[in-house]
Amino acid sequence: METVTQALQGVPLNHYILLSAIIFTIGVIGVLIRRNAIIIFMSVELMLNAVNLLLTAFSVHHNDASGQVFVFFIMALAAAEVAVGLAIIVMIFRNTSSTDINVLNKLKW
Amino acid sequence: MQPHKLQSLSTALMSISLFYLVAFLSIFFSLLVIFSKNPIHSVLYLIITFFTFTVHYILLNAQFLAIVNFIVYMGAIMVLFLFVLMLLNLDEDSEPMKSNILKMAGLVAGLCLLITLVGSMKSLHMSDPVILKNPDLGLVKNLGKVLFSEFLLPFEISSILLLTAMVGAVLLAKREPKTA
Repeated sequence: METVTQALQGVPLNHYILLSAIIFTIGVIGVLIRRNAIIIFMSVELMLNAVNLLLTAFSVHHNDASGQVFVFFIMALAAAEVAVGLAIIVMIFRNTSSTDINVLNKLKW
Repeated sequence: MQPHKLQSLSTALMSISLFYLVAFLSIFFSLLVIFSKNPIHSVLYLIITFFTFTVHYILLNAQFLAIVNFIVYMGAIMVLFLFVLMLLNLDEDSEPMKSNILKMAGLVAGLCLLITLVGSMKSLHMSDPVILKNPDLGLVKNLGKVLFSEFLLPFEISSILLLTAMVGAVLLAKREPKTA
């Protein structure tokens, strides 16, 4: 463990930003192109994770533990969000027998 | 002295290449999450993606976050997803798909976002390497001290948030009484 962490001094911060941007974008594309509510939820999780990774990288870069505490709070929030969201999806499935978000287009008005 | 330096240099190169390998795997599996047709496969690929994130945290020496990510995301949240998928009994045939025009529009919009983000990053001209100044930064002891001194109030409020979410989930998922 010691050697790995001592040696990790060469990855530029830009590459962490790039990786997080790519994964965040994949999450956004997933929300835009899929119609299954559960897959949209997974894409939201991907976006949250990309932000978590970037917060951790910045926290290490600035030598400040607050960033990692924020990641902890985001994880607690994600757990709460998934529990409520999946309960809503189960309720929708019970009423409409599908998880297609186009069935819910009455919410537009 | 010289062999020792050479050895540390080779471990540095190895760990840097490990970062790029794991980054490639993260991107690859998160692409599979959104493009696979079967929802069960999506969940399984998402588990692998979260595992690669755990490796990223270990490389940053954020050991507390690595363990929490492993337990909360790969354990709790994934079990929740798989359980709901099992309850709903979805498969490839019932999977709703968007029309091709909408898919292309979504892809173009997402790529525009990526280009904007990367372009604004290029204008920063900031490329310092990430250096771990304090190896104890991400350990449980250090994070616990910060969490229970500086962030005590948000910590207590997040417990109320979790309680609310629990009550809300039970209330929503409960079958409605027939008399209503």
